[in-house]
Amino acid sequence: MFETLSDRLQSIIKTTAGQSKLNEDNISEALREVRRALLEADVSLKVVKAFISKIKDRANGEEVLKSLSPGQQLVKVVYDELTQLLGGSNKPLSTEGKPNIIMLFGLQGSGKTTSAAKLAIKLRKSGRSPLLIAADIYRPAAINQLQSLGKQINIPVFAMEDSKDVKDIVEHGINYAKENGNNTVIVDTAGRLQVDTQLMAELMILDRFFMPVEKLLVIDSMTGQESVNVAETFNEQLGITGIILTKLDGDARGGAALSVTHATGKPIKLVGMGEKLDSLEEFYPDRMAQRILGMGDVLTLIEKAQQSFDLESAKELEKKIRKKEFSLEDFMNIQKQMKMLGSLDQILGMLPIPGLTKENREQISHVGEKQLKRIEACVNSMTIKERKNPDILDGSRRRRISKGCGIPVDELNRFLKDFEKMKKMMKKMTDMTKNMKRGPGGAMKLPPGMRGKFPPF
Amino acid sequence: MFNLFRKDQKPEETNNIKPDERIQEEESEKKGLFGISFSGLKQAISKTSESLVGSVISLTQEKDEIDDDLLDEMEEKLIKADLGVNTSVDVIEKLRLNKNRIKPDQVGEFLRNEFTEILNSAGSNNLNIKDNQLNIIFIAGVNGAGKTTLIGKLAYRFRLQGKKVLVAAGDTFRAAAEDQLEIWTNRAGAEIVRQDGADPASVVYDAIQKAKTDNFDILLIDTAGRLQNKFNLMEELRKIKRIIDREAPDSLVETMLVLDATTGQNGLKQAEVFNEAIQLTSVGLTKLDGTAKGGIIIAVAKELGLPVKLIGVGEKLEDLKDFNPDDFINALFN
Repeated sequence: MFETLSDRLQSIIKTTAGQSKLNEDNISEALREVRRALLEADVSLKVVKAFISKIKDRANGEEVLKSLSPGQQLVKVVYDELTQLLGGSNKPLSTEGKPNIIMLFGLQGSGKTTSAAKLAIKLRKSGRSPLLIAADIYRPAAINQLQSLGKQINIPVFAMEDSKDVKDIVEHGINYAKENGNNTVIVDTAGRLQVDTQLMAELMILDRFFMPVEKLLVIDSMTGQESVNVAETFNEQLGITGIILTKLDGDARGGAALSVTHATGKPIKLVGMGEKLDSLEEFYPDRMAQRILGMGDVLTLIEKAQQSFDLESAKELEKKIRKKEFSLEDFMNIQKQMKMLGSLDQILGMLPIPGLTKENREQISHVGEKQLKRIEACVNSMTIKERKNPDILDGSRRRRISKGCGIPVDELNRFLKDFEKMKKMMKKMTDMTKNMKRGPGGAMKLPPGMRGKFPPF
Repeated sequence: MFNLFRKDQKPEETNNIKPDERIQEEESEKKGLFGISFSGLKQAISKTSESLVGSVISLTQEKDEIDDDLLDEMEEKLIKADLGVNTSVDVIEKLRLNKNRIKPDQVGEFLRNEFTEILNSAGSNNLNIKDNQLNIIFIAGVNGAGKTTLIGKLAYRFRLQGKKVLVAAGDTFRAAAEDQLEIWTNRAGAEIVRQDGADPASVVYDAIQKAKTDNFDILLIDTAGRLQNKFNLMEELRKIKRIIDREAPDSLVETMLVLDATTGQNGLKQAEVFNEAIQLTSVGLTKLDGTAKGGIIIAVAKELGLPVKLIGVGEKLEDLKDFNPDDFINALFN
């Protein structure tokens, strides 16, 4: 999502490497690029300015650490600031209130109804008993949409098809929840422009009467400069408690994320990551900042894997990777499991593979789905021994495999080489995660990609 | 409380009016239906005009010459108006090259010429509809852009022109998308082909056969929203395009990307990828209503070479308008 931004930062940082100290001169060019990149990422101008000036001050005052290039130093500063800008620490949704009332609102097409259903699943997973209230009385078939989603995920939906009184609908919905033992209600409201005073008044009435403990602004991650106005107005009029950022599985650079948190001071609580109804995820500013800087999002991937599979096999896998015992067979298993996790593109986006730009990521995943099948064919033509220990694959074995699966030897060679590379990368990555977990008190808050590059203090 | 917030400029609030009443009401004021009136356009883009033109021009006041600081400030204003970073930079660079010849009080004129040139370079802004044949309009876009609503309004327009209109419910994925479309087509008096949950390509195939057999003038094809980086979904779109090309070779008159005016830079990426997949001919810009985001029309023309042909300026059935670049420029600069 932020790939291009991270690509750009990475290439700028390369150009500043090899210089001895951070000073205004050697960062000014980089900062201009950062500014442009942020603007291209749709971060609003106001936020960009504040961000750049902060970076400038920090970078200038900062001691340059030994054995750190100015570029690395700048990455650290940018990373820290990004993390802070993205909202500091994230608080979970409040469960207060009987019932606990959550209201969703936002512009047309931002993804409220879908997010409402996703949120309901998420809450049910955490042991709540949600009821969805269909309060979008304007858009044709909006109620049907919520009802049909409710049916799909087996969560009750309260609707009054003939009513045009939103307050009345919500009131009845809440009573229905009380009577039926639902301890959480999620109110799906109609999309509206922040400048539509009458529809904004409708929300203010709901707010005043029912006092929802969570008022979540649903905002499309593709939103441009307008995002600040949207967030500010909704926040001023309704006092939002948080933000749901949707369609983050797209390739928008998502500068809106930075803009809205900065404009409102409210955290992004959840992010929509796909068409599947379980793809509403927690938002972690630190991980997002890592991701912005091309450090990947390993933690999210691990978490996702843990949710989808049993912990045992995940642990085993981690052990294998660390011991470099990761075999082609494990690779194939992961492939299979990954297919269940999401698209290749999504997964690759979470892996901190150095040099993996947005472009080649896209390319990989485009070609990838087909290529994976070819790889599968290769592996299927290997003996178990070969799969466990690819090092024994000499010329004659390779020729045999090639004949067996009908894939040219050079393609097989390439694949094996890539696999070796990946294996090394994965080992590095798990070591880093390990170090990070056990690292000394987090005094040096560095992105994981930079760990291990520092001498012990 | 309501009185405090009530909109004062529009007497009729559409949302509570039943569809049939709506149509009757609108039929009585049919005359300027497809073209937006100049005052209406001016109102719709008044904030755009302020952010894209007014704010830039006000910077130049009491300046004797165009210097680098002024240029930087102007560039920021353009970016802020969602003109797109590249377009903003290009426009300002051109101004920088000519800064000795252009006086600060001529900046408005310079922008006007630039914007006019950009809009004209993108080609005709009229829908390419032919008489006495089937006209297929193929609609695509990301999730939540406003495709279904645009199709409903478009169907209504063609019905008012006396055309026989068929709509293919090609969004078989989103919950209740077909219901939403059917409500719109009923309002418009058009017919619909829907097969809920089926392969969208087969819905389109059936719709084309029906359109041919029953001599429809217009076939509007709705598709599910898809993010352009979803390979499989883009493949699905290609497949639909292939079917249209095969089954009705000369009938596809418009392949339109529906773009939410609120979208930032990603809109350009969307157009690029969708164009690559299905060869776009135009853009329909939705939700262009009252906020300061009209700059994207120019960005789309400049960076994609695609003409904006339709603009959605409100929630009502007739709020889908033809886009007229001359009026747009006039409204922007007057």
